Amino acid sequence: MSSQIRSRANSKPQGSQQDPDGRKKPEDMTPQTHQKSRLDSLTAHRKPTWTWMAAAAGSAILSLLITLVAFESFSVIGFGVIAGVLFVGSMYVVSRVLEDRLKATDELWRHLVWTSFIVALIPLISVIWSVVSQGLPTLISNPGLLTADMAGVAGADDIATQNEGASLQGGILHGLVGTIMITLMASVISIPVGLFASIYLTEYGNRNAFSRGIRFFVDVMTGIPSIVAGLFAFAGMTLIVELTIGSSPQALQSVKTGFTAAIALSVLMIPVVVRSTEEMLQVVADELREASYALGVRKWRTIMKVVLPTAMSGIASGVTLAIARVAGETAPILVTAGYVAMTNWNPFSEWMTALPVFIYRQLINPTAPAAGDPSTARAWAGALVLIVIVMGLNLAARAIAKYFAPKTGK
Amino acid sequence: MAKRIQTVDLDCYYGDFLAVSDINIDIEPRSVTAFIGPSGCGKTTFLRTLNRMHEVTPGARAEGKILLDDEDINAPNVDPVRVRSTVGMVFQRPNPFPTMSIRENVLAGYQLNGIRLSRSEADNVLERSLTGANLWGEVKDRLDRPGGGLSGGQQQRLCIARTIAIEPDVILMDEPASALDPISTLAIEDLIHELKKDYTVVIVTHNMQQAARVADKTAFFNLQAIGEPGKLIEYDDTTTIFNNPANQQTEDYISGRFG
Repeated sequence: MSSQIRSRANSKPQGSQQDPDGRKKPEDMTPQTHQKSRLDSLTAHRKPTWTWMAAAAGSAILSLLITLVAFESFSVIGFGVIAGVLFVGSMYVVSRVLEDRLKATDELWRHLVWTSFIVALIPLISVIWSVVSQGLPTLISNPGLLTADMAGVAGADDIATQNEGASLQGGILHGLVGTIMITLMASVISIPVGLFASIYLTEYGNRNAFSRGIRFFVDVMTGIPSIVAGLFAFAGMTLIVELTIGSSPQALQSVKTGFTAAIALSVLMIPVVVRSTEEMLQVVADELREASYALGVRKWRTIMKVVLPTAMSGIASGVTLAIARVAGETAPILVTAGYVAMTNWNPFSEWMTALPVFIYRQLINPTAPAAGDPSTARAWAGALVLIVIVMGLNLAARAIAKYFAPKTGK
Repeated sequence: MAKRIQTVDLDCYYGDFLAVSDINIDIEPRSVTAFIGPSGCGKTTFLRTLNRMHEVTPGARAEGKILLDDEDINAPNVDPVRVRSTVGMVFQRPNPFPTMSIRENVLAGYQLNGIRLSRSEADNVLERSLTGANLWGEVKDRLDRPGGGLSGGQQQRLCIARTIAIEPDVILMDEPASALDPISTLAIEDLIHELKKDYTVVIVTHNMQQAARVADKTAFFNLQAIGEPGKLIEYDDTTTIFNNPANQQTEDYISGRFG
């Protein structure tokens, strides 16, 4: 009886290992042959782990040869592109031959995603590299750039620097001060307005027509070209000055100040603050608001003591990123604050220079038109300082987010 | 403390939609009353009207009388925020404030309202509330650790401690154990037994065994069809509801023959 069933089970491997009573025979549950083929299928069709190294080395050598033959000299871009294509292609073919179609497709997409990531990284790294390599030597050999402005620096000084090796005159202090003061003023205006507007949208607006309207216009404003914001602030301040002081040439001259530039930057900054803060406030669970209400806490205190602290980490990093975003603006500051060579700490009177404007002016209008190198060096140093400021703000945003993040104690 | 709640012809609306209609109920002080019924029948909505939390939802309102020891807390001139400090509430999911320590969570009812307590007063409130919530022994050595670091059951007891810290007259609980494991559920149920010595406790639950274990009286809510308002079908002693219900719908529901 038993051997008869076994032979039947072996001849029909699937679904027939039952005796006439419908009971499964324990010894037939895992036949030896069946188990062996399962194990085979788990280890079979695996390419060796060193395949990718071999493919990478092969692609690199082949690409080098192709580049040398085709371009007759070595080209980094050509080499990189050809090597990348060869590597991705060869890995697909190897996987297709040694493994199966699905595995090969999986690998192909993985390599394409990695390649795009590397391609996306190239401009970022090359920007940082060019700014650091051009700006850092100037800053190290002339640390005085950070504490001097361009007042009194004449074309003759730059000609002396370029032709006779005299030390680099002037500096970026006025730009640094201008950027800090204008950005500070813009933040003082934008952060409260943006914060309160987003509190209105999430806590009080209840998605009524008014709040939907505000949300729509905030979205539109995030896409406003920055030069338009500059023209808006300039025109607005001109109107105010004409109505209050008069339209004499001196009065109109007083329109161009750091404060006008700060208004222009606020126009750019407020929508960013509103949207990022609003998103953070919406993430705060309604349960926390209800928990606070259930303790007999009024709405404003609930917002101040429960909702804002819970969302603070996201709000702070959003605000810091908004500051970083406007700190690098050029056009709106150029139209609204002008360009001067001396340091001006007062945003309410006289023209003011911001770092991006300084960089732009030094490159387009060198101090000595016949000897542009010193101006270019100052511009690169200014660019490096600007990047350091923006990066510092980004790092600060991360630190703030981490500091304020709700703690679980785990 | 511990006050009686009566509702007279209470209707709860979401906008124009009548969600719960015509509730007349008399909840004894120093007792546990359970609300049972199928999902969507308005138990939670009704519970939330009892401390004016219902109207926090945009467009929601309630009409009728809610008497807290003869004082109508649903009257138009009553400040809902003051009602909520006499009728406390514990929610379905534990919701300690994530930015606050255990100590700050318990004292939140004072701190958030800007009431300054002296150090010794605060310590008294802290120990009384945490002891009352059966949590003192587990957390007394780590009061300055974040409340979010506790287990789910401990967090829920922390929320109960936060509620009893402000000494309400009534405690409303909206499925307080539905997100917890059986051991934590048992701890909450034991706690409810002790709370009824000092407070009027109203609990919404989907777990009929839980209602039978903790409640002195049980109210069964039901709705006739989707879109119809929920109604109070039967309200009686828990033993009567579960052993000898007067209404056929109640009997169908508690015996699992519902729907």
